[in-house]
Amino acid sequence: MRGEIRILRRGEVVKLSGISPTLTLLDYLRLTERATGTKEGCAEGDCGACTVVLRRLRGERLVYEPVNACILFAGQVDGCEIITVEDLARDGTLHPVQQAMVDLHGSQCGFCTPGFVMALFALYHRADTRPVDRQRVNDWIAGNLCRCTGYRPIVDAALAACAETANDWFSTEEPDVRRTLGDLKDSEDIFIGTRERFFAAPASITALAKLYFSHPDATLVAGSTDVGLWVTKQLRDLPKMIWLGRVKGLEEIEDRRDAVSFGASVTLAEAMPYLAALDRDLGELTRRFAGTQVRMAATVGGNIANGSPIGDLPPALIALGATLGLQRGDRPRTLPLESYFLDYGKQDRAPGEFVRVVRIPKFGEGEHFRCYKISKRFDSDISAVMGAFKLRLDGTRIAGARIAFARIAFGGMAAIPKRARTTEKALIETYLDRPDTLEEAIEALAQDFSPIDDLRASAKYRLDAARALLRRALAEIGGASTRRTRVVGFREAADVAPA
Amino acid sequence: MSLQLDRRSEELRLRVVRRPLRHDSAAKHVAGSATFVDDIREPEGLLHIAAGGVPAASGQLLGVDLAAVRAAPGVVAVLTAADIPGKNDVGPVVHDDPVFVESRIEFYGQVVFAVVATTREQARRAAKLAKVAAAVGTHCVSVDDALAAGSHILPDCTFRKDDSAAALAASAHRVKGQLRIGGQEHFYLEGQVSLAIPGEDGDMLIHTSTQHPSEMQHLIAGMLKVPVSAVTVEVRRMGGAFGGKETQAAQWAALAALAAQITGRPCKIRLDRDDDMCLTGKRHDFLSDYEVGFDAEGRIQALETVMASRCGYSADLSGAINDRAMFHADNAYFLPAATITTKRMKTNTVSNTAFRGFGGPQGMMVAERAIDEIAWALKLDPLDVRKRNLYGEGRDITPYGMLVEDNILPALLDRCEVTSDYRARRRKIAAFNAQNGALKRGMALNPVKFGISFTTTHLNQAGALVHVYQDGSIHLNHGGTEMGQGIYIKVAQVVAEEFGVDADRVKILATSTAKVPNTSATAASSGSDINGWAAKNAAGAIKERLINFAAGAYDVVPSQIEFRDNRVFIGNQSVPFAELIRKAYLARVSLSSTGFYKTPKIHWDPATGKGRPFFYFAYGAACSEVLVDVTTGEMKVQRVDILHDVGRSLNPAVDIGQIEGGFVQGMGWLTTEELVFHADGRLLTHAPSTYKIPCASDVPEHFNIALWDGANREDTIYRSKAVGEPPLMLAISVFAAIADAIHSLNPDKAVPLDAPATPESILRAVQAVTS
Ligand SMILES: Cc1cc2nc3c(=O)[nH]c(=O)nc-3n(C[C@H](O)[C@H](O)[C@H](O)COP(=O)(O)OP(=O)(O)OC[C@H]3O[C@@H](n4cnc5c(N)ncnc54)[C@H](O)[C@@H]3O)c2cc1C
Ligand code: FES
Ligand code: FES
Repeated sequence: MRGEIRILRRGEVVKLSGISPTLTLLDYLRLTERATGTKEGCAEGDCGACTVVLRRLRGERLVYEPVNACILFAGQVDGCEIITVEDLARDGTLHPVQQAMVDLHGSQCGFCTPGFVMALFALYHRADTRPVDRQRVNDWIAGNLCRCTGYRPIVDAALAACAETANDWFSTEEPDVRRTLGDLKDSEDIFIGTRERFFAAPASITALAKLYFSHPDATLVAGSTDVGLWVTKQLRDLPKMIWLGRVKGLEEIEDRRDAVSFGASVTLAEAMPYLAALDRDLGELTRRFAGTQVRMAATVGGNIANGSPIGDLPPALIALGATLGLQRGDRPRTLPLESYFLDYGKQDRAPGEFVRVVRIPKFGEGEHFRCYKISKRFDSDISAVMGAFKLRLDGTRIAGARIAFARIAFGGMAAIPKRARTTEKALIETYLDRPDTLEEAIEALAQDFSPIDDLRASAKYRLDAARALLRRALAEIGGASTRRTRVVGFREAADVAPA
Repeated sequence: MSLQLDRRSEELRLRVVRRPLRHDSAAKHVAGSATFVDDIREPEGLLHIAAGGVPAASGQLLGVDLAAVRAAPGVVAVLTAADIPGKNDVGPVVHDDPVFVESRIEFYGQVVFAVVATTREQARRAAKLAKVAAAVGTHCVSVDDALAAGSHILPDCTFRKDDSAAALAASAHRVKGQLRIGGQEHFYLEGQVSLAIPGEDGDMLIHTSTQHPSEMQHLIAGMLKVPVSAVTVEVRRMGGAFGGKETQAAQWAALAALAAQITGRPCKIRLDRDDDMCLTGKRHDFLSDYEVGFDAEGRIQALETVMASRCGYSADLSGAINDRAMFHADNAYFLPAATITTKRMKTNTVSNTAFRGFGGPQGMMVAERAIDEIAWALKLDPLDVRKRNLYGEGRDITPYGMLVEDNILPALLDRCEVTSDYRARRRKIAAFNAQNGALKRGMALNPVKFGISFTTTHLNQAGALVHVYQDGSIHLNHGGTEMGQGIYIKVAQVVAEEFGVDADRVKILATSTAKVPNTSATAASSGSDINGWAAKNAAGAIKERLINFAAGAYDVVPSQIEFRDNRVFIGNQSVPFAELIRKAYLARVSLSSTGFYKTPKIHWDPATGKGRPFFYFAYGAACSEVLVDVTTGEMKVQRVDILHDVGRSLNPAVDIGQIEGGFVQGMGWLTTEELVFHADGRLLTHAPSTYKIPCASDVPEHFNIALWDGANREDTIYRSKAVGEPPLMLAISVFAAIADAIHSLNPDKAVPLDAPATPESILRAVQAVTS
């Protein structure tokens, strides 16, 4: 058992033992350290002004992860090095990323700038994002808002700085940092505080199960991209916090021939390549899920566990036929993902029970998948409507194929992510090349859903859009090029320039 | 001829202005060392403030139970209206903006008390503990509500030119329509923040993020009941403002000052993002009706429009904003006859305020929609209709009686048409649309003509203060505030040019009411125009003294003295600038001067609605192409070509930054940015999770910006033009392009597209033209 958090900061190992469970990393930096280069623009993970970089070991790899300090609790950075904007320049020389921002006029008011600099610093250090092109940069900074520049100079600075492979003073010190971070690694459970008020980070599933069983009133925290906002926005006091980030086994990804499984604490960023490999649209959905910083923290388990009616993964995973593994004490159980969602704010999860794993079956013969997200802004927005469609077609020919099986789920259309069972039924025995046979099924959506009006869209729009998405899925699975069916996220590679 | 030659050689001599120098704080921005108000090292004993509001949009305050607030941990003081020694008001024009509600509730969340505590978190938590009782009244939330209830904040106002009713009746064609234009949240990245530090004798120093230090100073003095001279307001930089930190900074600065006066300790308030969005004013949304009469070629004969705006609960700057909407309801087009009316509606919502363009964009939207209506009705290319209606020879009097003398739009539009390859792309788009069902492309090329000057004439004045120290370093102050727009570097370039030294010799200092008094807001795009001249006049005065001194000391005639390359050339010798300064000091020459400027030529008579409110116009054009999914309403901007007029640029890098940033901000206003209010008056979109400003991927991949190269015909500072606001309106071309794409579905119908063109708004317009 360890009673403190250990971080690497500016070459020193810093130990924090008396921290409040809800102290955010941003407040730690700005108020405790008085390192005010990192800014607060929203305190909810949407603007990126608070971006810092965690240099950490993921397995054997030393990685640079940009995260939003505003909604990350200080305890969650245990075992990481924290790099902030003040740390980049050395001996009066700006870092290449900073210099490019200066040279290319990437700042105006400068308030968003530290966040951009840190996001770009992480991009600069990530080999997995090379070669860096405009699209990559846009994706990478989708979680950074700038109200002044219109982004063009920032993107240009990113392209200029990332044209070379990373070679800066941070690269030079990597062997040392790897060693220090390696030394910090242990398999101790962390417990700071008292039985009434604590921050705990169990290191094994057994320890987690035991702790949560005896404190079913504790708040589980995975990436804290939801929980963080309860603190910064609703000022909720969360006296007992159990962080899942150290639980060995929850971070596992199992990629088998017939299924891929994600442990509950797998982040969206880590899951992304696997989801993209399952289907291009899943990759695109994940790309449009929040921004980079949020995806670095947010977990697959958290996205499911929170039971949100507008979470992006649940409808997609329901359509894919995923199953959910839960555990309470030493009792595991498995259920179809759709059965987990009972009603608004209500899930099939007992006190002291936690989500352990989600298992997604791979595609069988003749199976096709599409999913679409509709939001006011393409990147880093919450869905107004999210539709996911899995069809199995009879025969090998696509054109003229008969639909043998359909699983369809929507987000934003009901109080929970929900299957369109009437529609699914109506689709069976219809033919993709005979639109007249499909119309009835499309109309059936109105029987499956009675959505509501809210700030993202009206009920009428939601139903209209749901119909349009189903129609789009049928057209695409029937062979239509996505160049003729959508305005972003094409499945065909080649880009068509504007007129 | 000789004048032109003079100009050319003067142009060739320029060393510092015209250069694309970096923002003076760029290196600090990227290193995290640029200090914003919340970053100032906290003074010992600092207290933090949080405000508490009413849970209703209207009615009477019955009582506030603050016992639990006072008892909360860390609370040092709780303030209400009763604690204000002077006026409970921070209204800029009409005095109707209370710091604290006393009895009448005007909008949801309106501040009724403030908690002062040891930490910000304690203050925020304590503020939640108040029990506020209110007798809820009836309220208006939308413009429609206010129109139905006849709820006005200011009287209606009309410009008339000729008999528009008769001209409409006589027109070969006429079309009527209605356009809804949404409001806009500023979403400056740095929220409202103020730090007040009490001094001796009741003095107060306030660091705040505001575009209008002098107004803060005056309002705070009135509230604290101290002379204006006791209050100093200082602004080093803002993390964005866009109009939202002109009047809207006042309440928070006032709270900080009041708390500091009462506790005797430094006090800071920084609004949480949600509070900032719920409690500060935004761009006015408008509901505009219009009727346009035109001939068979599409030439406008008459325009009548009634534009009703949501002003919110108080007058704020709504008068001038609505005026500017009227000044721009013609945009670039000659209206032989017009009746232009604005209705300034009172609603129980935050008081709407200045926002880049200041009503101009909303007025211009009507003109651009009217032109599209004409094109749709006559089945003409909208660009042809636009060109036919531009101001021109003999067609050059605006509806408010100003002669348009500097119109470069015919040539500018032609050039933009060529560089954007408008005609060929039109054909390609038509072919694409003929072959596609779900996807449609659209394109539009729209001009912008924007009037430069405060329409409240007396505001067009500025001051500056320049010191030269014995080592030749130069200290510069002026009334302009830095919000990212680059005014500090531009004005420093002007001063450096005057002294013939490098720009980095000029030390730029925080804007302070103690240095330059009685300043106007940094607003109306006028900052560099007026402060640039004031600073040039200040530097010029010192330079003249130096020339006189050198002429005597070196026995040459003044015309033989030139300042350049950090040296002073005197006859056939030269000395380093610093050396001349040292000599001048020893010879007891004053090395400090103020400078002043007032914009010439302008006058305005509100009673008759006639005059010359603008010194000049800034022009531009943008051609935008979009791709629309007409089944879902999703839309992507594909390509944008901009040609914009900044006169002779003081700093082209800064100007291009303003053009790009303004355009993207305007695009957000008209597409993704939607303010949604609950019927009970609460703003529902009060954070970036729900209010979506553009992000990087929304910027068109093909984004071409060019500057129109031509001097301002008016004698502005180095013949440059203002650039802060006009580019925002270039984004109207995106909106028009979306309408154009929808129009391809049914060429027989006008497209009733409302702004913002969210997917839902687009789908609604699609359904309207296809039903
Ligand atoms: C800026 C921003 C953008 C976002 N964009 C999107 C988006 O595009 N699409 C989308 O779907 N969501 C989005 N979200 C929401 C959020 O990121 C996701 O829901 C995320 O997946 C939550 O994961 P987390 O690990 O951060 O959860 P946490 O915040 O740590 O936890 C969320 C909830 O789940 C519970 N929980 C977590 N793990 C477990 C577990 N293993 N067992 C039981 N309970 C558990 C927690 O107790 C809590 O109630 C966004 C959030 C932010 C801040
Ligand atoms: S402050 Fe906006 S994301 Fe953290
Ligand atoms: S430079 Fe001002 S927000 Fe980006």
